Amino acid sequence: MSRLQHGDTYNTQNTVARLIDDFTQRIIACPPGICPIDLQLSFLQVCHTQSCGKCVPCRVGLGQLASLLNEVVDNKATEKTLKLIEETARNIMVSADCAIGFEAARMILTGLDGFKEEYESHINSKRCLGTFEQPIPCVELCPAHVDVPGYVALVNQGRYDDAINLIRKDNPFPTACALICEHPCERRCRRNMIDSSINIRGVKRYAVDQISADKVPTPKCAENTGKSIAVIGGGPSGMTAAYFLAQMGHKVVVFESKNKLGGMLRYGIPNYRFPRERLDQDLDAILSMGNIEIKYETTVGKDITLEQLHREYDAIYIAIGAQAGKNLGIEGLDAKGVFSAVDLLREIGDGKYPDLEGKRVAVIGGGNVAIDCARTAIRAKAESVALVYRRRKLDMTAQEEEIESAMAEGIELMTLQAPIKIEKDEEGNCTGLWVEHQMSSVYGRDGRPSTVTADEKLELIPCDIVLAAVGQDVESEYFEQAGLPIKRKLFVADECAHVNGHNFENIFAGGDCVSGPATVIKAIAAGKIAAANIDEFLGFHHEISSDVEIPLPLLNNKVKTARIHLKESPSYVRITNFDPVEIGMSEEEIKQETSRCLRCDHFGCGVLRGGRKSKW
Amino acid sequence: MVNITINGKALQVPEGITILEAAAQGGFKIPTLCFLKDINEIGACRVCLVEIEGKDNLVAACNNVVDEGMIIYTNTPKVRSARKTNVELILSTHEYKCATCIRSGNCQLQTVANDLGIIEIPYIEELEKRPWDHYLPLVKESEKCIKCMRCVQVCDKVQGLNIWDIVSSGRRTSIDVAEGIDFEKSACSLCGQCITHCPTGALRERNDTDRYFDALADPDKIVIVQIAPAVRAAWGEAIGLPREKATIKRLVNAIRKTGADYIFDTNFSADLTIMEEGSEFLEKFTHKEDYKWPMFTSCCPGWIRFAKSQYPEIVPQISTAKSPQQMFGAVAKSYYADLLRVDPERIFSVSIMPCTAKKHECELPNMNDAGAGQDVDLVLTTREVARIIKADQIIPELLVEEEFDAPLGVGSGAAVIFGATGGVMEAALRSVHYLITGKNPDPDAFSVVRGMDGIKEAEIEIAGNKVRGAVVSGLGNTRKLLERIKSGEAHYDFVEVMACPGGCAGGGGQPICDGVELADVRAENLYSLDKNNTLRFSHENPSVIKAYDDYFQKPLSHKSHQLLHTDLSEWDMPFVGKRKK
Repeated sequence: MSRLQHGDTYNTQNTVARLIDDFTQRIIACPPGICPIDLQLSFLQVCHTQSCGKCVPCRVGLGQLASLLNEVVDNKATEKTLKLIEETARNIMVSADCAIGFEAARMILTGLDGFKEEYESHINSKRCLGTFEQPIPCVELCPAHVDVPGYVALVNQGRYDDAINLIRKDNPFPTACALICEHPCERRCRRNMIDSSINIRGVKRYAVDQISADKVPTPKCAENTGKSIAVIGGGPSGMTAAYFLAQMGHKVVVFESKNKLGGMLRYGIPNYRFPRERLDQDLDAILSMGNIEIKYETTVGKDITLEQLHREYDAIYIAIGAQAGKNLGIEGLDAKGVFSAVDLLREIGDGKYPDLEGKRVAVIGGGNVAIDCARTAIRAKAESVALVYRRRKLDMTAQEEEIESAMAEGIELMTLQAPIKIEKDEEGNCTGLWVEHQMSSVYGRDGRPSTVTADEKLELIPCDIVLAAVGQDVESEYFEQAGLPIKRKLFVADECAHVNGHNFENIFAGGDCVSGPATVIKAIAAGKIAAANIDEFLGFHHEISSDVEIPLPLLNNKVKTARIHLKESPSYVRITNFDPVEIGMSEEEIKQETSRCLRCDHFGCGVLRGGRKSKW
Repeated sequence: MVNITINGKALQVPEGITILEAAAQGGFKIPTLCFLKDINEIGACRVCLVEIEGKDNLVAACNNVVDEGMIIYTNTPKVRSARKTNVELILSTHEYKCATCIRSGNCQLQTVANDLGIIEIPYIEELEKRPWDHYLPLVKESEKCIKCMRCVQVCDKVQGLNIWDIVSSGRRTSIDVAEGIDFEKSACSLCGQCITHCPTGALRERNDTDRYFDALADPDKIVIVQIAPAVRAAWGEAIGLPREKATIKRLVNAIRKTGADYIFDTNFSADLTIMEEGSEFLEKFTHKEDYKWPMFTSCCPGWIRFAKSQYPEIVPQISTAKSPQQMFGAVAKSYYADLLRVDPERIFSVSIMPCTAKKHECELPNMNDAGAGQDVDLVLTTREVARIIKADQIIPELLVEEEFDAPLGVGSGAAVIFGATGGVMEAALRSVHYLITGKNPDPDAFSVVRGMDGIKEAEIEIAGNKVRGAVVSGLGNTRKLLERIKSGEAHYDFVEVMACPGGCAGGGGQPICDGVELADVRAENLYSLDKNNTLRFSHENPSVIKAYDDYFQKPLSHKSHQLLHTDLSEWDMPFVGKRKK
């Protein structure tokens, strides 16, 4: 008889471990549209299964909660049921002995709060709000609802021009999104249930790499409507609105304060991620539509008033973005060598690369802009670059692959350090950054762990340059004075992008200036929504459609197959220049990757209503 | 063309066709259940599965296309087993009380299960039970619904009304009225296309056969039956009588055998409709500026419901003439009661229709102009009549040809084509031509409006007057046409609308033949009846002439207005009349 023995060697345990992995993937790929309370109920059943059975609240309570939830989804519950669910969950949460019980109850309470509407519907109108109106996960999760299965299939067939035109039905920036989109479409890809999501951005990239977007003719404009629209801001949102409005037959005039178009795509994203000539391909294509006039170096509020625009145009779309760098708010900001990230990236946008040879650089922030700054500094020949962030690496909002690339390029990550003060010499030059050590602590209301000051001494990071990348603000002062509703510097627009509650009824707004700094695809989606609603506002109902025929789905590859990741050029080469870093897929890679697509437009409930919205 | 192999047989088939189509070309049958060509190709039931060499998972044959070199098997052990399990699973959610099911013997699920030799279900029964008021003209029995989605699709894609939808998800997935509204409050046209496209008995018309027998059993009641034009082209299908044998005269014989007192032809009142509607059109046409155009036909109650719920603004442009059914009902309880010298209250007026919406039409609150209760007391669909014939054990093969009763049994060839899309337009033009010129045209002069196209247009010149007509069938097509009219893209004088694709021949009350659209075959039958009729103009119908001479005086007379016209604004949509419990 042995006194100790090895555990976990049993087949059962191994299989359980494997199934847990599979199930995790499956949960990730939860289809949009399912009833959230039904989902909650199934989670609860898993929680109950995990119960050891020792304590009453968990052993009995979770089962009772499940029965009550069952009544809700069966439309048999009343307000009384709802009360009982809440009371029971609250009591389990405060009385269960271990996390199995109290965390299960907490999830129920979270749902009660978050799914209020769904609960009410099941109880009062005896109906489920779950709908599969857009049953294709990637299309649903793309803010612009680009027809992903459609263009993946087209790329598979080598029909790159058709793929680009299909994308353009919803998004006139195929190249920008091919290179730098954060690809929310991939998040719930059904392929996750088998292996992992399709590299959708990579597929799009292949298309625009085979034939540049400006070589693919844009659709013809509809008959001239005689209406004219002013678009303020030539960034992704403004230019998307301009593109669709022009296509609808309206005359569009874009007011751009800089001497080039592109907004943050040009003045926020460095060349090594998104080469300028690639941006120009999208912009040239948009302008080739006709009907679009650009007034460069024209700032509304300085060179022309809103009042004037209101008089001269039938509608106005404000898409000025969030262009101002936030103030760091620490002592010593006046030191020479302290810059805002936004200013640095703006200069680069105009082709003015800084020379940081021999300089020690500290970048403050944890978002994509901070990473962009740090990687720019390295390329500008800085002696060293440190990224100073007050939380942990895994709390950074920058994309994971960006952080990895930055680290590979030799950027030092200095986490859990909060900037306190900038040190300067007698001549006012920056000599270092004082930081206060932090400790990760309890989670805040925003769902992120907060930090507290650690019981350690302040530390000086010696540096010559400090770049602050701590967020961006909207420059909305003029518009606020002009009477538009502004809240915390952001424009207030309704879900149709319409700006209500002021003297001009023809103003719409969207993109970063409404949402705060967000992604390019969200800005594009805002432009699309604005275009549709401006068209309706002007009394039209132009439909945007694409006549590209989608290849019939072939029986797809269901064999567990690895996702193709895009490679990057070696870091020792790439830090020497501003050339693009990412390398697109090879021909054999694209064949395999596109054939992994499960064609949810055909298989599953996507097929029910034809698999796609062919127009909007 | 692509080269494929099915069950070892090498085939060359066109590129892009489905495996199901390819198999049919090769002489292989694959069972289907949810599949409906062009309407529901969603691979939901997983019955049409086939095995493809090199693929682990079985593939639905109905909506996957052939590929070069594909090697397909339709009956491997894997296929047999999975197909059977899927049918067993479907049956576990379907109340298979076949003996009391309206679709027994004509049920695709029953056929598939029988064919596969399924005699025991290893699963527990889990039936969805949603309450439904069985007094509504359209009945849904959720415990029989197999969620094939056909009803959703036919209502979306063909009728464009989106009445049905999938509600909830997972195991609670159900088919119900979209957006959770009560059926009574929905915009359903009651066209019945969801019924004729249901593979099981989950959707059906309200069963009114007992009320027919009750009326026959009442010695005080005089049971008068009218038979609609399109019924004669289809009734035989439901009792297994071949088309050439299933004549209207044999149907008269069958109804008479059940014990009805008088059997008449709705064709009579269709001719009456032409007189009234044609005169109304002419009156408006000669005072064009006083009216909004076009004028729409009024015979189809599904269309009326659609117009009232979807395009209320055009309702005043619909002819005020009642439908032939309602004209007949009003005539039966007035003019004909006079002829019989009986109290009209004693008349029980039955109408045999290819239609489910007619059940609603006869219940409208203002359809009682003869003053003896509802003008039409009972509407039976073609399917219900077939059930009555079966219930009375009438042997179809022994039926003989018998005449309608006089005088309301006389109808023209112009009336019989009311049953096909374009028929009302054609019949009206024949008489309008006469009314304008005083001369009959060639009866086939307006045949351009025939055929199964969903939207047909014709410009016809009568004595220098151009009449721009459009004929539309199917409510999806109707919406398209109305949008074109609304936007000013299209201009017409006269528009015929029928809610069902192909017109009444394809009506929602007609016999069901799963997966086959029979409107065109039935329409052909009606056109040949027209051709062979010696009487081809409504205005020449002697019974109609006599009715005017003796009773109504002339079209659009005071009496006509009282009995033969109606005011559509007197009731509101949504309105689903219910038979009294």
